[in-house]
Amino acid sequence: MSVSLIDSNQLRITKIPEIRKESPIVKTFIFHDKLCSEAKPGQFVMIWIPGVDEVPMSLSAIGPDGRCSITVAKVGEATETLHKRKTGDILGIRGPYGNGFVPVSGNTMVVGGGTGLAPLVPLTEELAELHARVVVVVGAKTKDEILFLDRITTALSRIDGRVVAVTEDGSHGVEGLATDVAEQLLKKERFDMLYTCGPEEMMYKLFLLAERYEAPIQASLERLMRCAIGICGSCVIGKFRVCRDGPVFSLKQLREVREEFGRFGRESTGKRVRIPS
Amino acid sequence: MATGLVTKIAGLKLANPTMLASGILGLSGSSLRRVVDAGAGAVVTKSVGVKPREGYSNPTVVQVECGLINALGLPNPGIHYFSEEISGAELRAPVIMSIYGFSSEDFAEVASVAVKGGVDALELNLSCPHVERTGAEIGHDAGLVADVVERVKTRVDRPVFVKLTPNVADIVEIAKAAADSGADALTAINTVRAMTIDIETTHPILANKIGGLSGAAIKPIAVRCVYEIYREVDVPIIGCGGISTWRDAVEFMLAGASAVQMGTAVAFKGLEVFRSVTEGIEAYLREKRLRNVEEIVGLAHRQ
Repeated sequence: MSVSLIDSNQLRITKIPEIRKESPIVKTFIFHDKLCSEAKPGQFVMIWIPGVDEVPMSLSAIGPDGRCSITVAKVGEATETLHKRKTGDILGIRGPYGNGFVPVSGNTMVVGGGTGLAPLVPLTEELAELHARVVVVVGAKTKDEILFLDRITTALSRIDGRVVAVTEDGSHGVEGLATDVAEQLLKKERFDMLYTCGPEEMMYKLFLLAERYEAPIQASLERLMRCAIGICGSCVIGKFRVCRDGPVFSLKQLREVREEFGRFGRESTGKRVRIPS
Repeated sequence: MATGLVTKIAGLKLANPTMLASGILGLSGSSLRRVVDAGAGAVVTKSVGVKPREGYSNPTVVQVECGLINALGLPNPGIHYFSEEISGAELRAPVIMSIYGFSSEDFAEVASVAVKGGVDALELNLSCPHVERTGAEIGHDAGLVADVVERVKTRVDRPVFVKLTPNVADIVEIAKAAADSGADALTAINTVRAMTIDIETTHPILANKIGGLSGAAIKPIAVRCVYEIYREVDVPIIGCGGISTWRDAVEFMLAGASAVQMGTAVAFKGLEVFRSVTEGIEAYLREKRLRNVEEIVGLAHRQ
């Protein structure tokens, strides 16, 4: 994002007019915000839950009319509190922050796992507007956790696109991993860009596939975040700040941090720790 | 390197008078290397203590008019881990390690491990405004400041800087106590104790409620502090507080600062700020027909 936007980007309080249940543990919270409506797919916001925490969240919808959303899996104290929010309750919000994806109009593959799909949905919608050729690989552990199939299908209906659902237990679509499907596709055709967001292990595998099949890639990374504006140093990976230089990184950048990518994160003390696989 | 910009402080040689302030990007060696590559004359690490600390919950940083308020709560991995992280970084500019402790002995212990790891100087954080029993709670008392500085100076043979808090009745008294006890340089100032409350939810925004204000809002306070200290104290001063342009930097130097630190400016201007400030100072010197940046230090006192 441009530096000038950080300058005028203060915390604001917004109402939640609508909440949608996406899966047993995932909800989408819709809100209206002018700055967010100008965001790029892949940019994120900091969501303030007064008295509890402030957490980074990708925008899962970016409406030009100001209607935006975040999609949240119940995984900890902050997200559990968020899940108890009702229609009409409030959210604190600052952002959008970070760089976002760069859409291209060629032959593209979008690979998402779990709630990692969130920023990939508005991306897919934008790729559709650019008339790109798009295949979306939607990965999840089980049928219940597959997200956004309807929105992705709608976006792809206008273009030469298709969606492949993959579950680890085979309860829906292909049985296996999203990266297995990605590799099959990479064997068959050339892609001008791979886009990915999800568990780091998945993204790391896709990065290795991108290297092997010589396809460019953009991956949206996640790290412990505090300031979100590039100064506190909590979210660094190698020389990069995920909040400011990312969260989306190119093949070249991922190569520069390959010693850490897929292997190490940093805990709240700043100490480097192995990413649990 | 333009020779006229070379800055010497307490035996350290900086290619230019800009430094990275403590607390900004200073938790990893590769981040510090990037700041050096961006043109900083020296870098100060995040404050580190004897033991690891997780810091406070979010929100830890909040934006207000003309600045930021932060209460990170001194997150750090502890000196033993951190010392290895930094000594492996091989930086092309002086590295100053910021240290904190809950007692004089803590400070001395951290200082001694840091020096063994090879840092070029130490900056004692006697000014953090949002953690109990350390920082400003030591830094507001001239006697305690003297004790910490003496203890550290006895233990290590590297330059020792003291970062001062503006949250005192008389910053000059504290500056004198630090200098008289052997501080080699003084950094003025740390953040100003501050808070902000959200009127919709009626909640203080920071998890710690109170934090430290930085950025343009505190610049005139910092300039005044540097000016007052320069008049009375005879060790080099490093100016800090709201600097984001070469004009700001020159103003601090005229007040008496030999070098300047920047932190919040990295958020609003990006890492390019080190180079743009340095180039601006150089152009200013040329226009004023001065050869050396040292010539402008304290000039405002000659009026």
